[in-house]
Amino acid sequence: MKKNLKNKIALIAAVLLVCVYGIVGVPSGVSGKALTEAMTKRIHLGLDLRGGAHLILQVVVSEAVSAETDNTVGRIEQDLKKANLSFSQVYKPDPVKPDVIRVEGVAAGKASDMRTALEDKYSTEYDVAGGGADASFTLTMKPPIEKALKDRTVQQAIETIRDRVDTLGVSEPVIQEYGLGDNQILVELPGIDDLDRVKSIIQSTARLEIHAVVGGPYKDDQEAMSSAGGAVPSDEELVHGSGTVGNGSESDSVWLLHRISVVAGQDFRSADPGTDQNGRRNVQFTLTNDAGDKFYDYTSKNVGQSMAVVMGGRVKEVATIQSAIRDRGEISGSFSPEEVEILSKMLRTGALPASLNYLEDRTVGASLGADSIKQGVTAAIVGVLVVMAFMLFYYRGSGINADLALFLNLVILLGFMGFSGATLTLPGIAGVILTIGMGVDSNVLIFERIREEVRAGKAPSAAVDQGFAHAWVTIVDTHVTTIVSAAILFMFGTGPVKGFAVTLTFGLLANLFTAVYVSRVIFDAHLNKLKPGELVSI
Amino acid sequence: MELFHGVNVDWLRLKWYFLGFSLIFSVAGIMSMGMHMHSIGSPVPLGVDFRGGTQVQTQFQQTPDTNRIRQAMDAAGIKDARIQGYDVASNNEVLISLPIQRDESSLDLGRQQIVDALHAHYDNPFTVRNVQVVGPTVGKQLERQALLATLYSMLGMLVYLWFRFQLIYGVAAVVACFHDTLITVGAFALLNKEISLTVIAAILTLVGYSMNDTIVVFDRIRENLRLNRRESLPDVVNRSINQTLSRTVLTSGLTFLTVLSLYIFGGQVLNGFSLALVIGILIGTYSSIAVAAPMLVAWQEWRARQGKAAALPAARRARV
Repeated sequence: MKKNLKNKIALIAAVLLVCVYGIVGVPSGVSGKALTEAMTKRIHLGLDLRGGAHLILQVVVSEAVSAETDNTVGRIEQDLKKANLSFSQVYKPDPVKPDVIRVEGVAAGKASDMRTALEDKYSTEYDVAGGGADASFTLTMKPPIEKALKDRTVQQAIETIRDRVDTLGVSEPVIQEYGLGDNQILVELPGIDDLDRVKSIIQSTARLEIHAVVGGPYKDDQEAMSSAGGAVPSDEELVHGSGTVGNGSESDSVWLLHRISVVAGQDFRSADPGTDQNGRRNVQFTLTNDAGDKFYDYTSKNVGQSMAVVMGGRVKEVATIQSAIRDRGEISGSFSPEEVEILSKMLRTGALPASLNYLEDRTVGASLGADSIKQGVTAAIVGVLVVMAFMLFYYRGSGINADLALFLNLVILLGFMGFSGATLTLPGIAGVILTIGMGVDSNVLIFERIREEVRAGKAPSAAVDQGFAHAWVTIVDTHVTTIVSAAILFMFGTGPVKGFAVTLTFGLLANLFTAVYVSRVIFDAHLNKLKPGELVSI
Repeated sequence: MELFHGVNVDWLRLKWYFLGFSLIFSVAGIMSMGMHMHSIGSPVPLGVDFRGGTQVQTQFQQTPDTNRIRQAMDAAGIKDARIQGYDVASNNEVLISLPIQRDESSLDLGRQQIVDALHAHYDNPFTVRNVQVVGPTVGKQLERQALLATLYSMLGMLVYLWFRFQLIYGVAAVVACFHDTLITVGAFALLNKEISLTVIAAILTLVGYSMNDTIVVFDRIRENLRLNRRESLPDVVNRSINQTLSRTVLTSGLTFLTVLSLYIFGGQVLNGFSLALVIGILIGTYSSIAVAAPMLVAWQEWRARQGKAAALPAARRARV
């Protein structure tokens, strides 16, 4: 029995230690300042507490669908011409329905040939209908394809925005999908209160271009100039960068490039990491039709030459042209998996895939956040002290027990916050305060029950036993119901409300441990010391 | 020290008073909601996050004069601006709001216009403390989300209680929670206070809290029903409420104190949140005694009148 109790106390001490580590980590010192610093590093504060900007953007995905079908219209025209199938026009009949293409004026008797040609090439992406008396076909993008395209568009927009936000030097920005399938993006930028600057950067078009390489890499401008014969010709330019493919070094180098790009940002339709026929990693990209023609011209004339991927005015990668490329191509080299990922990402994030609408923005000034912290913490401390004082007054010796459990509860709750990386928001502080209330409730339930059992004439240890046993059922029921509602809040709630649900759930879980287990251990330790005939102080 | 030792109140005899009390507050709330519906188109004043629109919170260096701010807005051609003081007057804070902007592409213009107008036409230096610009889509979405969250959380708890007790317990508890929500929202309508996203969080909390309180009483009813199968249900209910009364009062009192400290010290941002909890905890405690428990008895009596067997005492062995 005694040994068992010691083990339990050791377990509690271990939990306490782990949670304290969760809150402050290993602080650089034990001074108040060092501890506060360590704590702010571990416990993430929400925008409402430290100030910052919160934006909700909507990606106009119909633009991406429209761009895709525009492309298909071009491809259909080319394919049908190649197959010698006559038609009067291929067009999109309804601007509100960007996913519908019509092929009209099909020559009499050719309807089934036309259907075969269309289904042959496009039936994986489109539903082909028609071919009856009106001599026309309707191609409608398949819903799953359209959905995938929209999702991809939102993901691309998120990546683009993330890349751009990175240039702002914001620490811990949040850029993620928001809402339930409404193509919305949530952007949270702590410490930013100049929204205009943010918006101009998010909406700017950091262009991605592919240029023909004239020469390079060179160590610096002088070397490049001298190799160009002293002066840079008017149709060429010097571009700095750190393309790792060309020279295998990370250091800054200079290339001499053709001034006019071969393809640029909006010419790319997609780019994905892949492998070539020899199993080497490469980046596979597709271009729009016009750009494809242009690119074909260029690459067929320049096999073996280098081309440079330039983004934001810097050379990012240099690759060798293996063969003539039209609208589908690959950039290969001795890539590492990371490099392929990065390169394809760069190609993809060149331009925003569709325009953005602002649905909501909130900015909290840093001073307001600081005031909120002060007020929230004051409220929490006052609440805790009042409750602790009352418990001591009302339950005497057992009040110490309740106060210890309450204190431990708060430590575990903050420890959870530190470990999980969850964000503490202002409503989150409110959740902490509510946890205090529920924690006290558990103790009150147990103590009142013990008192009842004592009144019924039970011996101290039996009374404690019964009190815990009966109260346990109720505590489980009350906690589970509240956790159910907190979980639903977490699933359906947004930003600040989520923060509330998080602290409440963590707090209630911690409370199951402290109010029941820890409290019981303290009682047992106390009972062991009781002399026969002595009563529990409750 | 002990409170409420050996209380013996016949709570069920008071049920008509309880019904009257609940009705008065519910009806007052509903009437006030009806009036709001008529004047502003929604049953309660909504915060900017639901209503949509632009809201700029500014702090001035000198005491702001709302008339001069209004003149500044007029001079800049900004119509329909609402100007109101915020928090305690010594803070020099003012909220300037614009109605909802239907066109989402020009959503952000209002904020800049307000700031420019103040710079140009009012020589009182200020800082912008908080800006909220909410378009119609997000507002609607949030409204739907909040309603769904409330419904789902009630449903989730109903299912849990059904599983742990019996369906009628779940129904009684959910009715009590609905009663609390109605009266709390009604109080916001009566006090003309805005309901924002954080207030919704508070309302969901009070749903959980009220449920908590009700379950403590129900747990005792279940236990007593098992211990003594001959006792009539009204007696069991009365005894259970009395036995848990000291716990109910203590916990509610202490939670009320923590929430009260939140209301007093939590600042303006949490004001609505803590107000909802202050009201909710009072009503939630009341409803578990005055609404949920009497409903069990009323249901039993209704079944007896229908000539069906009494279903509650030990109809199902409680799983513990």
